[in-house]
Amino acid sequence: MAYDLEFEKPLAELEKRMHALQRKGEHLKPDERLQLHKAEQELHNRTEEIYKHLTAWQTVQVARHKDRPYAADYIRLMCDDFFELHGDRSFGDDHAIMAGPAKLDGNSVILVCHQKGRDMKEKQFHNFGLAHPEGYRKSARVMQQAEKFGFPIICLIDTSGASPAMPDEERGQAEAIAFNLYLMPRLCVPIIATVIGEGGSGGALAISIADRILMLEHSIYTVASPEAAASILWRDNAFAPQAAEAMRISARELKALNLVDELVPEPLGGAHRNHRIAADNLKAALLKHLVELKRLPIDELLERRYQKFRTIGKFGQAS
Amino acid sequence: MVKEAIPPSTSFGNQPQPGLPVSGNLALKCPKCKALLYGREWEKDLKVCSHCNYHFKLTAHERIDLLVDPGSFVEMDADIISVDPLNFVSRLQVYAAKLDEERQNAGLNEAVVVGHASIEAMPVALAVMDFRFIGGSMGSVVGEKITRTIELSIEQRIPVLISSASGGARMQEGLYSLMQMAKTSAALARLGEAQIPFFSLLTDPTTGGVTASFAMLGDVIIAEPGALVCFTGPRVIEQFMHIKLPEGAVNSEFALQHGMIDTVVHRRELRQTLARLLRLYKCNRS
Repeated sequence: MAYDLEFEKPLAELEKRMHALQRKGEHLKPDERLQLHKAEQELHNRTEEIYKHLTAWQTVQVARHKDRPYAADYIRLMCDDFFELHGDRSFGDDHAIMAGPAKLDGNSVILVCHQKGRDMKEKQFHNFGLAHPEGYRKSARVMQQAEKFGFPIICLIDTSGASPAMPDEERGQAEAIAFNLYLMPRLCVPIIATVIGEGGSGGALAISIADRILMLEHSIYTVASPEAAASILWRDNAFAPQAAEAMRISARELKALNLVDELVPEPLGGAHRNHRIAADNLKAALLKHLVELKRLPIDELLERRYQKFRTIGKFGQAS
Repeated sequence: MVKEAIPPSTSFGNQPQPGLPVSGNLALKCPKCKALLYGREWEKDLKVCSHCNYHFKLTAHERIDLLVDPGSFVEMDADIISVDPLNFVSRLQVYAAKLDEERQNAGLNEAVVVGHASIEAMPVALAVMDFRFIGGSMGSVVGEKITRTIELSIEQRIPVLISSASGGARMQEGLYSLMQMAKTSAALARLGEAQIPFFSLLTDPTTGGVTASFAMLGDVIIAEPGALVCFTGPRVIEQFMHIKLPEGAVNSEFALQHGMIDTVVHRRELRQTLARLLRLYKCNRS
């Protein structure tokens, strides 16, 4: 996997030097062996350094990286089995949201996830992770099923927002999202939501009303995508990097503001560099929270979930 | 957030409130049909164009005067004000300064006025949004005041009426704003469990995060004619789909036609419509 983001250029050069040496294999001279070792060390340190100090816009680029694991990758790497359920039973099936029962370390759970798609064909199939109203209605249907069978719900969030096209308006995008915000606070099973890449606006929130909100280390969660926010604030989406900076969208900043519960560490250089480690980390975090949440009596679980959202907001008193 | 020239505030209803400025408009132009309207006539028509039925935007206090029994409104939580939780500073804008400016210009502390009142002597908890204050956008304070109104309604077991006018979530408060959608909707879920009715009134414009939360969760949803009612604004739809939308493509009538709302009611008939609903939804048990 190449270092291909603009700010990773120094890393790409180091890697090139390293590869050149590695290619020699057995024929490495002792001093070259030392050089290789040094280059590896330096690459490790520089990567750590760069990723520790990502700017908001660099974080956006990592969160949207073309090789970043998507929900389907996490499902494949974390779950023993997953059976995808299709359709909202009223209009259609939305491929931007995948949902269904799964086994996670022996536990039956219900997964509800955004799916973006990797190559162009896949992206079109999944509508770039922009869900239609029928996606949110499928989510609601499957979540109600989770409640019926007492299965915890795990949501993986990865969308820049809900689909903003005319047919979505015709089919009630606003109502579909609002309905989930009304439904999820009362579902009598534990809910864990994890932002794995982009958590964008109402389209992300519609499957994120949870007892625990986790974020992958380099993921983002925003009230509107930086482009949309720039367009709203300054009528020009070229200012997206400034909007990203001002809105505090990185996992680290949101954790500091106490708006999310936990950061899930990513492998060195981002989740895209090692899907397996990213998935193992996420699985461990999910299992830990599942155990904690399952211990709570339902009444307490629901009260805590209500208070979690009830208490969000900062305001003052006019003098 | 759409910016539009809004004529100076005036008061109408049964009892013009003393102290409110009297309109200085002798004549004005309807932005829709361009007809010339006479200030006095226009105010008598409740700020509706007598030629094309265009409903001008109302301020929160004008709306309250229009809807409730004269003198019955008691405001709550007027003194809660926005702070700048993210220290939002960026090109052309310092949020803290913007807030001061908007408070001055709108003569309001925030984009929603809440309290309780009566309509034909029936009590109701009331939240009325005002588009003049940062496009009626929802930040922490709007979410908090609306949630408290819903809580009052549960506590007193009286119906709640929310009149929306909003460009959506407030960008300058970032994720705090998004979470107000969750907070208000969760409070409405509790209201629903308490079996207390919620009437949602959509006025021009009701869009974005407000539409996608409490505005669409009414037991009865009423819209004023011709109001922009949507999740995604027309400008963004056009950009996304590379098309040109006709005038009024996503409005109250469109929402009614697609089954998203219950009815479209002329401003003149709003108060009596609400009174009818309050009687129809009166609880049998208590």
